[in-house]
Amino acid sequence: MNDIPTPDSIGLSREDLPNSYIGRSVPRPNVPKLVQGRATYTDDVVLPRMVHAAFLRSPHAHARIVSVDATAAMQVPGVVRVFTGQDLAKVCDPWVAVLAHLKGMKSAPQHPLPLDRATWQGEPIVAVVADSRAAAEDGVAALRVEFDPLPAQVDMETALAPGATVIHTELGDNLVFQRTAVQGDVDAAFAAAHKVVEATFVTGRHTGVTLEPRSIIADYNRADGTLTVHQSTQAPHMMQNVFAKQLRMEESQVRVICKDVGGSFGIKVHVYPDEVAVAAMSRILGRPVKFVADRFEAFASDIHARDHRIKGRIAVDADGKILGFDIDDLTGIGPYSVYPRTSAIEGNQVVNLCGGPYDFANYRCTTTVVLQNKVPTCQYRAVGHPIATAVTEGLVDLAAQAIGMDPIEMRRRNLVRDDAYPFTSPAGMKFEGLSHHASLKKLLEMVPVERIRADQAEARARGVHRGLGIAAFIELTNPSPFMYGIGGARISAQDGATVRMDPDGSVVVASGVTEQGQGTEAILAQIVAHGVGVPVGKVRVITGDTQATPYGGGTWACRGAGIGGEAALQSAIALKEQLLTVAGTMLQANPASLDIVLGEVVDKATGAQRISLSEIGRIVYFRGDTLPKDLPREFVQTRHFITKEYPFAFTNGIQACWVEVDVATGMVKVLEHWCVEDCGRVINPLLVDEQVRGGIVQGLGGALYEHCVYDDQGNLLTTTMADYLVPMAAEMPEIHVGHVETPTRESLLGAKGAGEAGTAGAPGALMNAINDALRPLGGIVTAQPFTPASILRALGTI
Amino acid sequence: MSARVDITLTVNGERVTRSVEARRHLIDFLRLDLGLTGSHAGCEHGVCGACTVRVDGEIVRGCLVLAASLDGAEVTTIEGLTDTGEVADLQDAFVARNAAQCGFCSPGMVMAAADILRHHPGASREEIREHLSGNYCRCTGYQAIVDAVEQTLKSRQEAAR
Amino acid sequence: MVRMKWPAIGYVRATSLEDLWTAQAAHGGSAQVLAGGQTLLATLAFRLSDPKVLIDITRIAALRGIGAQGGVLRIGALTRHAELGRDPLVRQHAPLLAEAVPLIAHPAIRNRGTIGGSLAYADPAAELPACVVALGATIVLASARGERRVAAEDFFTGLLQTALEPGEIIAAVELPSATAATRCAIVEVARRSGDYAMAGLAACLSLDAAGTVAAPRLVFFGVGSGPVLAAKAGAALAGRVLDHAAIGAAQMALAEDLDPPADMHGPPEMKRHLARVLTQRALGRFLPASEIAA
Repeated sequence: MNDIPTPDSIGLSREDLPNSYIGRSVPRPNVPKLVQGRATYTDDVVLPRMVHAAFLRSPHAHARIVSVDATAAMQVPGVVRVFTGQDLAKVCDPWVAVLAHLKGMKSAPQHPLPLDRATWQGEPIVAVVADSRAAAEDGVAALRVEFDPLPAQVDMETALAPGATVIHTELGDNLVFQRTAVQGDVDAAFAAAHKVVEATFVTGRHTGVTLEPRSIIADYNRADGTLTVHQSTQAPHMMQNVFAKQLRMEESQVRVICKDVGGSFGIKVHVYPDEVAVAAMSRILGRPVKFVADRFEAFASDIHARDHRIKGRIAVDADGKILGFDIDDLTGIGPYSVYPRTSAIEGNQVVNLCGGPYDFANYRCTTTVVLQNKVPTCQYRAVGHPIATAVTEGLVDLAAQAIGMDPIEMRRRNLVRDDAYPFTSPAGMKFEGLSHHASLKKLLEMVPVERIRADQAEARARGVHRGLGIAAFIELTNPSPFMYGIGGARISAQDGATVRMDPDGSVVVASGVTEQGQGTEAILAQIVAHGVGVPVGKVRVITGDTQATPYGGGTWACRGAGIGGEAALQSAIALKEQLLTVAGTMLQANPASLDIVLGEVVDKATGAQRISLSEIGRIVYFRGDTLPKDLPREFVQTRHFITKEYPFAFTNGIQACWVEVDVATGMVKVLEHWCVEDCGRVINPLLVDEQVRGGIVQGLGGALYEHCVYDDQGNLLTTTMADYLVPMAAEMPEIHVGHVETPTRESLLGAKGAGEAGTAGAPGALMNAINDALRPLGGIVTAQPFTPASILRALGTI
Repeated sequence: MSARVDITLTVNGERVTRSVEARRHLIDFLRLDLGLTGSHAGCEHGVCGACTVRVDGEIVRGCLVLAASLDGAEVTTIEGLTDTGEVADLQDAFVARNAAQCGFCSPGMVMAAADILRHHPGASREEIREHLSGNYCRCTGYQAIVDAVEQTLKSRQEAAR
Repeated sequence: MVRMKWPAIGYVRATSLEDLWTAQAAHGGSAQVLAGGQTLLATLAFRLSDPKVLIDITRIAALRGIGAQGGVLRIGALTRHAELGRDPLVRQHAPLLAEAVPLIAHPAIRNRGTIGGSLAYADPAAELPACVVALGATIVLASARGERRVAAEDFFTGLLQTALEPGEIIAAVELPSATAATRCAIVEVARRSGDYAMAGLAACLSLDAAGTVAAPRLVFFGVGSGPVLAAKAGAALAGRVLDHAAIGAAQMALAEDLDPPADMHGPPEMKRHLARVLTQRALGRFLPASEIAA
């Protein structure tokens, strides 16, 4: 296992081994079209007879729909048809988002458009279809919909209290899910501890703000009974199943095509009622219907996430040894659990991940997941990780402070040893191999801690307050069916790749994982080029089409490289074997004595060129008559991969953040940021590094700026990009990325996920940095986002 | 009244005459009337920068310009800018540095970066960041983009010596 | 819920003031003037405004141009922010405006937005309204009835409200030229570069050779319903030698000048606090080197 020759492993420079693409910074072949404006996003697709949908969305957080009068709307020029919930229910079934392995979980049936009640402000209520989006919006403006406002359950803290508004009376209460994990004797450990420190943390409600909004075109063809869906999505096969099931069709009648996607981050892996409505309307109209969410709709209907209040305690002994964590997490998820992944996963992840990097004996963590009348929440980049990391690392820093220990030393004493694996965490997570201490060591090589501490002291003397914060983290990647499949969701944890060689010696790989901009197609090309032995420019990649690719799960939970990449590698190796078998026959040589280098079959011992792949292609495809009759010549090979030994391939890393807090204004300037992460085998450092940086910026954005703010009536106040603040270039720091590589032994490739590490650790590191800066002034912040107002409050200024 | 207005303008060097709805913004005009889909509508309220194009030589937010007001104007989009080769080196640097991930911001980002090349050839990293601060990118950490612009500025300075 | 595509509107292009008066007469109160459009068109997207007709004035030559004559700098209403930022006359006669430009949004917005548009919209957190009040500018208004002049501090009358009467537009802004004794500064606290400020201050005063303050005008933005001329703070400074004590007195006096509303960024007390901080930061720049070291 893991014996792929890389330049490093055989002591060669990358230039000496042109055939090895694993670990090389190969530029992405997709980028030229992106920077020249020649990509194809869903909104760029125009179909004959296409009409456009717009939705009337609920102005109330909770209201009964009394009546819908479409008379005036139907008179608006260009308007084709108006659809209500009842209209769509005739062709479309509701769904309930629960997973069987999340014991006791409950949620209510959700229709594409509600039949009688609006349950969040922004919920799609009535659809208008017209010959242009503008005309459809005019039609929406002309609708007369009467609502009878109902009391809204907005605050998650009161969702289970007596007197709460029960959002779905048939459920009995607003409790969706509750789980407690217990290990050891928490009460005894805390009672006997040298120090116990506690704090309450709040993580603000966020949303993904993909620059390309959710986009879909559904095209039902009555003539052949097929539904073709062009969609900006992470999971084409999952959506194929969803559309078929809800619209009472066969899966084979549905094709989902996904070309370029303008960012997803988990936002585009869920079932949205407005998108299912579009499919249902196309089913009824028998013509293509396009819907592209505008920015208001994105804020009011894309899933939100991270709306948690966490009370945490940590117990330590006099030597700084962590004795236990005791954590209580509460999260509000909106009025429905989101289909099909459910909205209980984020809280469940908090339970799985708190304390994750550390070796300690006693653990108790409860998550309570409740309903409320806000936008539904669900999985968003690094699901639960930034919450668990901020809580864990916030508590570790507070404990270090309480016993007067340096925070780095505190971590050195408690991080799980690098030789302790396999290791099962108190939360029950199984780690195959992590590198916390090697990562910390690497981080300390990158971060000039002594210089920083000297600068900090000198600056403090001038009244300038700077702080350094660190945060270790673990990240769950390469999920097995234990994530969704065992709960009954038809979400594939397996993925496949088909690799073929065409007559000209070029190679095509079709994969079930998808490209969202992270570079999936680039690494698949690298892996296949490496596996077959061709120049990377000779590999073309097909993704994002349920009709053209092997069945797979798509892009989520950091699985593209680790799962899809391994399937591609295995199928590439199978193709290579097949090519060498044929070449051996042609050359009357033992296939084992041959190799393929840069598209040429060579003698393994001497490197002498024997025959080109294009010549083999010519002979096999056009002069097969010249070859022995029984020679197998399958230049198309398909392999699938699924992890089997571990439910998840955990990764780890550690981040450091260096900030300056303007204590007069409360403004935080991030001066510099570092991240060391171990995603196993790094396939393309260029892609991994900038993806880690992007993740860090998303984490910093969430911790400093981003917040879906509601008033106490459930009205969303942040509905524009002038109100929901995202991180921009001017405020973001220079970010240094380092790697430790601990390949997983579950696959030949050894790759784990890298997409969420940045987001997982950045908020915790930033929080600790701010608190390090504020420490001499006696202030502490634990509620994100860390706004100027929150910092001025912490300092007692206001 | 949803009036139509006749306009004749130059788009990417070609003369274009259309009758446009008065309410149509420049980006919808480019995308829907001319099929120039390189310019993107990211927020349609002037914040995200995905719709950055040139009007009469200067960058603007295409979503905050009325197409009807552009009679006689000269508009350059990412497609036209690419065709002229004016920023081929910058685009190459974006590729080499992986300064684009999902690419939805990239056309606007390149238009804004091209503005730095024209007007601020000596810009520092900080000034590059400031100049691009109206263009939202969710995928990269901005650093690769800043690197690509900085590299292009340096290469041009060296070539000019 | 709001919608994004602009509502159905008409469009009229005026190429002269006469054209404009004619169009206004034809469409009356349902027409709205379109200059740079950087605010107006965003409000259309939010359907916050609902004009029936937009009258495009950007081709009216009479509203363009920057000139200095007789100690007065005249800036045409159609002057774009980017032009304001690079104009040598502005830099010489009203450097505060040049200093303010980089704080306004982003380059692509500054290439389009106009000073007239910014003043007419009167956003309470915008930089230029505060600057023109601080500079003691005169706003030149034009209508079919002729021209009239309004002192900048009388022009802003409330939240998004101005002295503009129906049918009237801003033609130009006139400013007294800066002298050797003039000291001006603009400072603000914004969440991100280019954002509207949580609080800002445009400050102008004269300092004589002895360091005595004359004609102080501290104008805050983002802390009220429009630009707020802090009269008490000004009085606390006038006639005094500018030193830390004088700045402290001005900060104290702000309590009576400001009555900020809460907003998404924080409570009124935060804005009051930030106003005091900004007062220190703006006026601190004018201190003699000996005072700064102190």
